[in-house]
Amino acid sequence: MRLIGKTFQKLKNHRDGTLVAYVTGGDPAPKYTPIIAQALIEGGADILEIGIPFSDPIADGPTIQAASVRALRAGTTPRKVLEIVREIKNQHNIPVGILTYYNPIFRMKLDRFFSLAYKCGVDGVIVPDLPIEEADEYRRVAESFGIDTIFLAAPSTSKERLRRIVECTTGFLYLVSHFGVTGEREKVEEETIQMIKRVIPFTTGRIPLAVGFGISKPDHARVVVENGAEGVIVGSAFVNIISENQGKMSKMLDEIKESARRIKEATIQNLGIHSKI
Amino acid sequence: MKKLSYYPVNRKYGKYGGRFVPEVLIAAVRELEETYQRMKEDPNFKKELAHYLSDYAGRPTPLYYAENLTKKLGGPKIYLKREDLAHGGAHKINNTLGQALLAKRMGKKRIIAETGAGQHGVATAMACAALGLKAEIYMGSEDMKRQKLNVFRMKLLNAEVHSVNAGSKTLKDAINEALRDWVTNLRTTYYLIGSVVGPHPYPMIVRDFQSVIGIELKDQILKKEGALPEALVACVGGGSNAIGTFYPFLDNSLVKMYGVEAAGQGLASQKHAASLSAGSEGVFHGMLSHVLQNNEGQIQNTHSISAGLDYPGVGPEHSFLKTVQRVEYVTATDEEAVNAFQVLSEEEGIIPALESSHALAFAMKHAHKTNNKGSIVVTLSGRGDKDVEVVANCLEVKK
Repeated sequence: MRLIGKTFQKLKNHRDGTLVAYVTGGDPAPKYTPIIAQALIEGGADILEIGIPFSDPIADGPTIQAASVRALRAGTTPRKVLEIVREIKNQHNIPVGILTYYNPIFRMKLDRFFSLAYKCGVDGVIVPDLPIEEADEYRRVAESFGIDTIFLAAPSTSKERLRRIVECTTGFLYLVSHFGVTGEREKVEEETIQMIKRVIPFTTGRIPLAVGFGISKPDHARVVVENGAEGVIVGSAFVNIISENQGKMSKMLDEIKESARRIKEATIQNLGIHSKI
Repeated sequence: MKKLSYYPVNRKYGKYGGRFVPEVLIAAVRELEETYQRMKEDPNFKKELAHYLSDYAGRPTPLYYAENLTKKLGGPKIYLKREDLAHGGAHKINNTLGQALLAKRMGKKRIIAETGAGQHGVATAMACAALGLKAEIYMGSEDMKRQKLNVFRMKLLNAEVHSVNAGSKTLKDAINEALRDWVTNLRTTYYLIGSVVGPHPYPMIVRDFQSVIGIELKDQILKKEGALPEALVACVGGGSNAIGTFYPFLDNSLVKMYGVEAAGQGLASQKHAASLSAGSEGVFHGMLSHVLQNNEGQIQNTHSISAGLDYPGVGPEHSFLKTVQRVEYVTATDEEAVNAFQVLSEEEGIIPALESSHALAFAMKHAHKTNNKGSIVVTLSGRGDKDVEVVANCLEVKK
């Protein structure tokens, strides 16, 4: 088992959920991301996901689209984001993943991307527009460097396909909570809870399950974890704090830390209390 | 090697194409693929489509011998495939009728589409009005400024037009926004893509519906000339009118084919939209094909005087046909297109779309170099009424 899997396992042993915290790398500028990462970690994030900004983020809502624009304007490149990961890994003993659309990887070529990712200490990669049928070579290269390939499952995913995705994913399975793009939401839909229940039989004993898209409040995290998902992925909530506090760095960091702390707290000792597992 | 017309094989044209979309969309594109495979063989579907193509869209469109233009150029005979005479004023209706009928069979009542020049938006609005479906069109705010007339036409046709302010505010951003809508509403909504782009099966479906252009023209040229043409010429943005023209001739190896991309202010200027001529391989809008991008894989902004060609990607089948050297991809600049726009208007009394003017501009250059034998067919993909203001402004500046 690698670092991401071990982290989920350790927390699960305490009946805690895992908080995976996302921010876009280089937002508002590359030099700030390691400081923001530190605030997230101090708040209680268990795993970090750092996004490579892309010009055409089709799976993202307005919050992360705007973050991508800010990061690109600040001169952020895929290489700079990998350097940011290296800096974070030098300071903290925490798993760090990369989230990116496929084209920046394709452009760099798989071998070069993963060899650089390996050198920078990247633990896992999530590519929202790379479904399993296009991912054979990607999986092979990632595995040769010992880097996890985290795949997504969606509300529209069939049972037969879910079984195949669970076979392909390493680290954890990323369950998209609803039909739509990333962004904050008011509440966790009943549909999301039903979906978690539908997916658990496929993941139990094989791979941790984490839920993302629209998970932005402590209550959301609590509901998801209580129903048996081992983790939550929170992104837009943190990105919104960055967006609203441009030029007010210490306030931004305080708010990020506090937000992470409250969400993390909601996952503690709550794992699976509403499910049979 | 398989016949070129045999592709796609396993979702791909050689290595191009594929299905690079978020997991949530996989079920939707598979449902579409299955429905299409069924409907392709369904006699009732084929009959219904044929009925709409003839009685509603006005097909077959004529193949016109442009005698004045031919004489002026002194080369091979130039024929025009008159897609400008199809209902709505462009070839786009061939595809929108086909896909709207598919959507209806799938029980989807809400249709979304992207549009660049507005021609696909108008054609979608028409097909939806005719078939009782609700149309919502995404259009970049920059394009809405350039193509006011088409925005008004879409609204008249009862479509809702959503202005897109992200990125370059043109076609690629309209597609991004349509994809986001689709991800959110895919249970009720059909995404009617307007060109041979996007994830499989869209490039194949749009090609098949547009192939009516080439099928008709093959029959027409054989009747008029008793021989296949020496060359086919069509403009390429996403590439739907070009594939529709070329596809039925792919296995006739003696027929040369030219796809004409927009060179804008020149390939060296960086202000162009020539993905095949000046781009590199990339994954964009669900497909692996040629795209205009920087070294980091960020998609670049494009420029063309013609909104319909102003797109940084291209259909994957074109990437394939370029790689196997079946089709030659060339370019025409804004200036050459505007010149061709004027020449055809003056010589033949036909005002071509600025998109089609790129094809004409190349055909005119090519005719000069070729011997007198044979014929060239240029696909006149649309009419130019929508472009009159842009051209007038452009000529005004020059005076």
